[in-house]
Amino acid sequence: MKELGQKVLAGDVRSASRLIRNLEDQIPGTHVAMQEIFTKTGNAHVIGITGAPGAGKSTLTDELVFSWRQRNKTVGVLAVDPTSPFTGGALLGDRIRMLRHAEDKGVFLRSLATRGSMGGISKAVGEGIHVMDAMGKDTIIVETVGVGQQEVEIINHAHTVIVVLVPGMGDEIQALKAGLMEIADIFIINKADRDGAASLYKEVTNMVHMSVTKGGWEIPVLLVESVQEPKKFAESVSAVCDKIEDHYRYLVDKNLLSERLRRKTAAEFNEALWAAILQPVLNDLDAGGEMEKMVDQLLKKETDPYTLAAEVAVRYKNKV
Amino acid sequence: MNKRPIKVLLAKAGMDNQNKEIRILARGLREQGGMEVIYSGLYCSLEEIAATALREAVDLVGLFVHNGSHLDLYPRLHELLAAQNAGYIPPVFGGGLIPERHRQELKAQGSATEIFGPGTSTGSIIAWINQVLAAGEGGELL
Repeated sequence: MKELGQKVLAGDVRSASRLIRNLEDQIPGTHVAMQEIFTKTGNAHVIGITGAPGAGKSTLTDELVFSWRQRNKTVGVLAVDPTSPFTGGALLGDRIRMLRHAEDKGVFLRSLATRGSMGGISKAVGEGIHVMDAMGKDTIIVETVGVGQQEVEIINHAHTVIVVLVPGMGDEIQALKAGLMEIADIFIINKADRDGAASLYKEVTNMVHMSVTKGGWEIPVLLVESVQEPKKFAESVSAVCDKIEDHYRYLVDKNLLSERLRRKTAAEFNEALWAAILQPVLNDLDAGGEMEKMVDQLLKKETDPYTLAAEVAVRYKNKV
Repeated sequence: MNKRPIKVLLAKAGMDNQNKEIRILARGLREQGGMEVIYSGLYCSLEEIAATALREAVDLVGLFVHNGSHLDLYPRLHELLAAQNAGYIPPVFGGGLIPERHRQELKAQGSATEIFGPGTSTGSIIAWINQVLAAGEGGELL
């Protein structure tokens, strides 16, 4: 296990992909490799791409990867697709649209299933970002599942958040306002050659102008069209690339990056605490069959969850 | 701790656009089998398939061939997967339009662990996958 972290730092694809798998599967002991790489991370620019299902996130991601490769940057991609709440199965299909990068040594493309996480990404995303960062990727793109209004967890991980919209949502824009519409650093109106793009552009631009500016960053609203015309499409995505780089520079110049990193770091520490403190207790209760008994007690209304939790807390206080 | 979810890559290679079977299987593995399925899409090169298997750290690779080139594709894919191995070679399974004697031949030379014939039920493929992984075919992922 010890050498796994070292190999990841050396950029070894095999080790990195296995490490991410182990993180996803929550294999005990995986944190040893993470301990090795954690202090070496923090160099990559992390970009989140989010939007409704079918908005064109994967196709955009594919072209963004191409743009950055043209600029001689290495890229990591974490593409998240939903896990079935019923069977636990998932169909990970984002790769199909990014096949041309499959063999590129400068690109590490990885699919993740949400596995029950509700925020539009998977629990392993945060750690997956660290792994790709440790491999030395310059830019890391996280593509969320197709989201609704409230799946905004990407803001805890990305430095730059891109919200992809498509024409035809019309009136729903109002409804979307809280939540998803608040997290964008950059808006993309995709499929802008479709009917309704102009009015959507107007609505979003108006909304952006009304919103409180985040410390001087004027949220751009960019149009991307003509996926059928590769050259035009590449040009408009390259313009998106420019804006993303502008945003990164802005974050660095205004010293705002640290604020975003702080949020992520706090969330991660929270998780690590949870894993180190609560998880062993839960495992212990489960293993002894005590958990079942306590649930039974609660079902019979013999006691209440607060009393039981307080008892458990006292019992384990000096044990973990 | 929960059982490790099974992760499978389903692939089509070369000039072969018969994909109904593989799409039904993808759905079956996901819905009935509770597996994580990556579908490569059509017209992949074997190199792309191998690179995807590596980057996704999958447990198994399923290659389905309907264009008669199975005697070339399976050995070459196995070779590529073995070449990038450092402890784990995902077992290859498959199906498609492959005559019985060729199925036996491919299995005998070890380039495919199992090749299913026409009419195989999704349920029996799921059962086979579970059995192969439980038996530790291909080695431990960790």
